Amino acid sequence: MLKLKVNDIDVEVEEGLTVLQACEKAGVEIPRFCYHEKLSIAGNCRMCLVEMEKSPKPIASCAMPAAEGMNIKTNTEFVEKARKGVMEFLLANHPLDCPVCDQGGECDLQDQSMYYGVDKSRFKENKRLVPEKNMGPLIKTQMTRCIHCTRCVRFATEVAGVPELGAIGRGEDMQITTYLEQSMQSELSANVVDLCPVGALTSKPYVFEARPWELKKTETIDVMDAVGSNIRVDTYDWEVKRVLPIINEDINEEWISDKTRYACDGLLHQRLDTPFIKYNKKFEKASWAEVYKIIKSKIENTTKEKICGFVGDLTNMETSYIFKEFFDRTLDLTNYESRSDNRFINISKREDYLFNSSLNGIEESDLIFLIGSNPRYEATILNARIRKSYLNNNTKVYSLNENGDLTYPYESLDGQTQTLKNIFEGMHELSKSILNSKKPMIILGESFLRLNNAEFLYFKIKDFLSKNNKFSDDWNPLNILSCDASSVGNFDLGLINKEKNILNDLKSNKFEIVYLVGQDNIDFNKTDEFVIYQGSHGDKGAEIADIILPGAAYTEQDAHYTNLEGKIQKAYKASYPPGEAKEDWQIINELAEFMNNRKLFNDKEELESSMFNYLNLQKEKQNKEYIKKFSDEFKNEKLTIDIKPYYFSNIIARCSKTMIECNNSKLNLKSTGTEG
Amino acid sequence: MSLRRPAKIQPQNFEFNSSSLEAANKIVSKYPDGKQQSAVMALLYIAQRQNDNWIPLEAMKYIAKFLKMPYIKVYEVATFYTMYNLSPVGKHFIQVCTTTPCMIRGASKLVEACKEKISKNECELSSDKTCSWMEVECLGACVNAPMMQINDEYYEDLDKEKTLKILDQILEGKTPKPGSYRGRINNEPENNRKTLMDFKNA
Repeated sequence: MLKLKVNDIDVEVEEGLTVLQACEKAGVEIPRFCYHEKLSIAGNCRMCLVEMEKSPKPIASCAMPAAEGMNIKTNTEFVEKARKGVMEFLLANHPLDCPVCDQGGECDLQDQSMYYGVDKSRFKENKRLVPEKNMGPLIKTQMTRCIHCTRCVRFATEVAGVPELGAIGRGEDMQITTYLEQSMQSELSANVVDLCPVGALTSKPYVFEARPWELKKTETIDVMDAVGSNIRVDTYDWEVKRVLPIINEDINEEWISDKTRYACDGLLHQRLDTPFIKYNKKFEKASWAEVYKIIKSKIENTTKEKICGFVGDLTNMETSYIFKEFFDRTLDLTNYESRSDNRFINISKREDYLFNSSLNGIEESDLIFLIGSNPRYEATILNARIRKSYLNNNTKVYSLNENGDLTYPYESLDGQTQTLKNIFEGMHELSKSILNSKKPMIILGESFLRLNNAEFLYFKIKDFLSKNNKFSDDWNPLNILSCDASSVGNFDLGLINKEKNILNDLKSNKFEIVYLVGQDNIDFNKTDEFVIYQGSHGDKGAEIADIILPGAAYTEQDAHYTNLEGKIQKAYKASYPPGEAKEDWQIINELAEFMNNRKLFNDKEELESSMFNYLNLQKEKQNKEYIKKFSDEFKNEKLTIDIKPYYFSNIIARCSKTMIECNNSKLNLKSTGTEG
Repeated sequence: MSLRRPAKIQPQNFEFNSSSLEAANKIVSKYPDGKQQSAVMALLYIAQRQNDNWIPLEAMKYIAKFLKMPYIKVYEVATFYTMYNLSPVGKHFIQVCTTTPCMIRGASKLVEACKEKISKNECELSSDKTCSWMEVECLGACVNAPMMQINDEYYEDLDKEKTLKILDQILEGKTPKPGSYRGRINNEPENNRKTLMDFKNA
């Protein structure tokens, strides 16, 4: 530990920290533009100048390592003058367009110029003008405002792993641009908008939409993937204007993916705002009482076994739980399912469907083996962690399949399950590397779980790892990478049918009534089934429905989600459902009341506490071992990674215009002018 | 000086020829393993020499692949240093020093000569496309001011007439003699002055 003085306050800091960090520890705020905790140190804005005893010149505190016995002063006239000088230079070329700048109100330069700015400019020359750059459909540029902090360049190179941004030219003519102005090929690209301390890079879809002080801010959870990034949803009246990340070091650090950030305009389009009934292949508006009545009579006139229900990929836990209760208690049935494919999941043990090593664990791991997964598209934030681990510890990454650019180097194998079997029987070169590594991570994707031999291979892998003592109290090397926000929560709640394969039964048309809650991913040939669709958007599920119950999207109800690591997090209501739409749990509760005059739960609190009781009970039951004997039959298969198109992976993203633009920009489609 | 942009018309491909490749490999081998990217400046210069004194985008891409580094990093370096030419400058590339000492000694006359003989504006190819000129910052031959550089050679102690003569020869395809045009050897003092004490010859 180093001892130093900051404004006569004694502080002790660890070795390797900078003067700026020491100052923060002493509770002194240092103005800065280029310095960012998560990026490398550049030291080029010079805003963080402080006075150091025995140094004739002020020092840049962000770049100066703290040393024993330093005496730092931050509140002297000397420092004030130095910072004022720096600010004057920064403002010399910065346009005075705050009134028309989207960054206004949350601009570092604006804020800091309140303290260090001089009201008059001594700069009589013409201001610099820099042409706008094309950085794709998400980032709007106004490069005249750029102060060359290079945060965006460092982010693209270090965190996103796409070194496409750079500073060209020199001196006054320096410009930040992408290589030949191509759009940034990254799923994390829009984070540069948050990083930009001025209004040079702003959000294109959000351009001139609102001012930060007009927005209602709600801190909640993202559902675009299973990572459960912490986000802040900014709303203006009903509309969700934008989504921003909030810091959670254990999950998303400071970043969110472009889909998380920009799929929010999908919340405004194709919404279901009133109940519909299909008459003669046409939807007609109806009232809640009417639709409940029809559902009630339909259910009463059908044999129980002919009813089934599915919950979808964005369904929150409260809804899933009350749906299950509705089937268990009101209908006395267990024909419910949360998967839309026949993938293998063993829900009797919680660790068999979780990402056990945890997101933070990725940084400790020394070997990562991806099987049937492309984390760049399935869990972008998680992929950024793998990259971080590669950068910091030079973690070796292997993948069974060739996955294209994952933003870090990896070794790919042939994609055959025979190879997998060999590896986990100890007959492959990789087996040794796994055995030699201290904290290996095996990441199994959903594509792997969809294999015919998934169960066999899963236990093969688990056997191999436990025989070789890779499981310990603080390390579980086996990870399942779920893709959907609701997956783990639904497994926790037991929304899986162990006895029969409901999906196959549905596909062979064995059911008469199908109740879909936000489930749009099932492909089946509809014949005479009566389909009830409950959800927020008119998409595939609503298309085949006979009755539509308008529900709420993730920003419109208080609810819980469990992320892929098994962390339960609460999402808060930022907006409210449009028109006559209701919160999902409420619809099912009312339907139950309509069916047999008894509500399932009196209110949301009761539902919530009942759900937590259920979850706790399930956790206690966990300890029993998995006894099911699996056959030794094994046939080689080719594992193909089957991922949903990144920008269209769920209904909200499919309804988002921004996501369509992003997709088009990746395809390099030329605009024709007729897109509307 | 403003931001230099790559030329609009670019060659479709670029590859090192055998002598450039040899030179490039020699330079790359000087750097320790994993630090090969440090050779980028030298390689850009090799590419510039090979390609008639300018670097096309394809050459930057080629070098980026050669050194396994992102395109933008090579592009950054090439746009940063003014001695890398990003658009065609002619086989005979004339750089007239106009920094203070040369300026005082009449560099503007040299510029006039270039304007007359080669092209009206700097960085513009002459009518036969073999020549172009530009004003540059100090070339480090202040003792022999005013001066200009043609490709690798310095032409020193010039005035307008001498410059015109040199340019004529260049345009005719001849190689004029480099060095001082006032009969000095390198930058020796004039009038046989040997030391600073020789006031009488000053």
